[in-house]
Amino acid sequence: MSGRVLVGVKRVIDYAVKIRVKPDNSGVVTDGVKHSMNPFCEIAVEEAVKLKEKKLIKEVVAVSCGPQQSQETIRTALAMGADRGIHVEVTGKDYENLGPLQVSKILAALAKKEDAQLVILGKQAIDDDCNQTGQMTAALLDWPQGTFASEVALEADKIKVVREIDGGLETIKVNTPAVLTADLRLNTPRYATLPNIMKAKKKKIANVKPADLGVDLTSRLEVLRVEEPPQRQAGVKVETVDDLVGKLKEAGRI
Amino acid sequence: MLLRKVSQSSAICGSILRIPPALSGAQLQAGVAVQNARLYANQAAQAVLEKPEAVTADAATKVEKQTVAAESKSFAVNIFKGQISTAQVFPFPSVLNEEQEQFLRELVGPVSKFFEEVNDPAKNDALEKVEDHTMEGLKEMGAFGLQVPPDLGGLGLSNTQYARLVEIVGGHDMGVGITLGAHQSIGFKGILLFGNPAQKEKYLPKLATGENVAAFCLTEPASGSDAASIKTTAVLSPCGKYYTLNGSKIWISNGGLAEIFTVFAKTPMEDPKTGEMKDKITAFVVERSFGGVTNGPPEKKMGIKASNTAEVYFDNVRVPVDCVLGEVGGGFKVAMNILNNGRFGMAAALSGTMKSVLAKAVDHAANRTQFGNKIHTYGAIQEKMARMAMLHYVTESMAYMISGNMDSGATEFQIEAAISKIFASEAAWTVTDECIQVMGGMGFMKDTGVERVMRDLRIFRIFEGTNDILRLFVALNGFQNAGNQLKNLQKALRNPLANTGLLTVEISKRAKRIAGFSTGLTLQGAVHPELAKSGDLAVKAIEQFGAVTEQLLIKHGKKIIDEQFVLKRVADCAIDLYAMVVVLSRASRSLSQGHASAQHEKMLCETWCMEAHDRIMRDITLLRSGESKQLFKNLRSISGALVENGGVVSPHPLGF
Repeated sequence: MSGRVLVGVKRVIDYAVKIRVKPDNSGVVTDGVKHSMNPFCEIAVEEAVKLKEKKLIKEVVAVSCGPQQSQETIRTALAMGADRGIHVEVTGKDYENLGPLQVSKILAALAKKEDAQLVILGKQAIDDDCNQTGQMTAALLDWPQGTFASEVALEADKIKVVREIDGGLETIKVNTPAVLTADLRLNTPRYATLPNIMKAKKKKIANVKPADLGVDLTSRLEVLRVEEPPQRQAGVKVETVDDLVGKLKEAGRI
Repeated sequence: MLLRKVSQSSAICGSILRIPPALSGAQLQAGVAVQNARLYANQAAQAVLEKPEAVTADAATKVEKQTVAAESKSFAVNIFKGQISTAQVFPFPSVLNEEQEQFLRELVGPVSKFFEEVNDPAKNDALEKVEDHTMEGLKEMGAFGLQVPPDLGGLGLSNTQYARLVEIVGGHDMGVGITLGAHQSIGFKGILLFGNPAQKEKYLPKLATGENVAAFCLTEPASGSDAASIKTTAVLSPCGKYYTLNGSKIWISNGGLAEIFTVFAKTPMEDPKTGEMKDKITAFVVERSFGGVTNGPPEKKMGIKASNTAEVYFDNVRVPVDCVLGEVGGGFKVAMNILNNGRFGMAAALSGTMKSVLAKAVDHAANRTQFGNKIHTYGAIQEKMARMAMLHYVTESMAYMISGNMDSGATEFQIEAAISKIFASEAAWTVTDECIQVMGGMGFMKDTGVERVMRDLRIFRIFEGTNDILRLFVALNGFQNAGNQLKNLQKALRNPLANTGLLTVEISKRAKRIAGFSTGLTLQGAVHPELAKSGDLAVKAIEQFGAVTEQLLIKHGKKIIDEQFVLKRVADCAIDLYAMVVVLSRASRSLSQGHASAQHEKMLCETWCMEAHDRIMRDITLLRSGESKQLFKNLRSISGALVENGGVVSPHPLGF
């Protein structure tokens, strides 16, 4: 066992930003918009760092795929306690088409290359809400998966994962190596403190190109149109119960 | 130190009181008095020597250089001579290297997040203390040691980096801001600026982590603005190993929390020339653990309630001689330098406050419907919003202009720093007041959160030198420098044949001014061509300001220090001039670099310059006119009558 954990950290538009659709409906406006680490990825980093603090693993490696700015997201992970980073540089058209399949190919290749014992990811990203990367990565590696984790415990060579499923919790045990995805209640991520950000400056970020990993980034998806959610229509006030019933009938609701 | 109404008045006394008895007397055709020129020259030089020096611990050596180097690069210093020095103001300073900028970018996110998610300003205000978990969080965050060098456990931030972070704090919670500011902007700044290596190593690591909190102790019950009048004493022991400190300090921020105090006390010293014993102020680092240090209960205040303010008592505290900060007897300089070095931070924090408040006003104006339209479509609201935006733009530009100057090693920025404190505290007050007005009844409600900001802001016009005292400081500092220039001219006049060049220039300058022609001053080349008109307005205002400064000096001579009605107006002009030039500089940069917001900034700048120019000209016209004499006389008499009567003099209109 390598005792190494690979954590995926995605750079997304900050959750507090009001999203605007581009006038040509090709996507959303990202220029000059505040970005930060996907909140579920933060939970994944926190879990990995906690495992390291408990001395259950030896090294936490943070990975992000994207343009130069993705390094900022990796720096945040380093400030939270990750040991080193890998920046997989994806730019231009490739970045626009980057989806769960492409990312999971990259992660799978890196997991093998780094001889990782665990891959911990957020269950989904708040920009595209795909919720696929963890599952695809596990499939590509042919590793077991523990998705939507709200509790993780390392037991010898197995991992106990409590999963958040519809209607309750499911407890499973998986072999290692494995892929885990973090749900909201797994932990509360720490704040990157300023002294730790300063110390993180000394940690290394390796730059890798997808081609170096033998990954083909061709996308099989085409985005046709991105639209704002429909505006809510103005309501009307009714005077009496009869009016209300009448209106509801008119609208075909009753 | 909160609520310490410290002043510079003694700094002023130290320097300005020695200004020329000469200038009031006989006048030559060039309008310059020459009698007693030598006396004036000597005294002016002395005045410069005694001037509180800006920054750096090795200030002592620099003081001498300063007297030689008469040419100041400070913009504010030069306008008093009717000159323009663009060195520090154009182009807008850009001082962060790539690494510093990158690091700062990484810090901004987590600090903002902490204040958005962890800190609760309303709760801190209600509890009248910073919540324990927030305080712990801030310490872990590293917020207590922003400018402490990294090898001593801090973050080693430059002034510009520091400004950017305190701007975030100011945008969220000024109570926390003062807790942090009282700690590092003044509490232990003295150790950073004047501490010897042993003192730095001993104290800074624990201060940087917040394990020890610091406080700045200057103000006393009988010594507010007049800081030189403190009564706390420190007497050297016969063995020469320690001082015995006695006295009490009031309104000390962090007074109830601090372990480390920067304390100012009078020490009896022998005058090397006369052999007489005189009291001089010395700065000390005092640990609570020395014994004899106690504090009163937290004060009940109007605002910044979360910040602890208390009296601190020193009862026979034995302070080792190693704890003297700077030189024995050099405490006044230490105090003034600490304050001068911290003022830009206040401007930065308040620009953050204005930004937050402005966002609230905008949100309300954009969404509130009255008379069938959103209220932002009405001129009454539009004017408010535009003015709020301009005030913010000026303040922000001042903060980063000054922090940039400081980071590039400028040593003469005390006038600019004082201007930024005055401007920022008044602008923030106006902006917040107008925000409440835009929001109407909603703004008056506690839950909206703006009334707390208003309460918190009030103290900024009072502490760290009241704005009134700082206005005198700005004007008198400027006059002192202008006086030096006159002095050179006087020298030249004593030997006209040898100085024909200088005299020709000066005489023609005055002739042109009188005739209303330009004296050849220009901002062309510095200001972006699109802003040429605004640049011209600034130049005209500077020309007239320089002329009126000279006239006032000649008219009042050394008595100028007593002419507070005049000084206030002179300071107002200087503030407006500096405000004009900082926005000219910043908007020019945006235009040159083709920022998306360049046209908007141009509009802010043009509008500001139009109105500022008019204000300055109005003040100058008044100062030149005979009316001002009558006006000031009236104001003096009215005030006098009130005092004599113990309040309002006029009887009730109903007669009872």
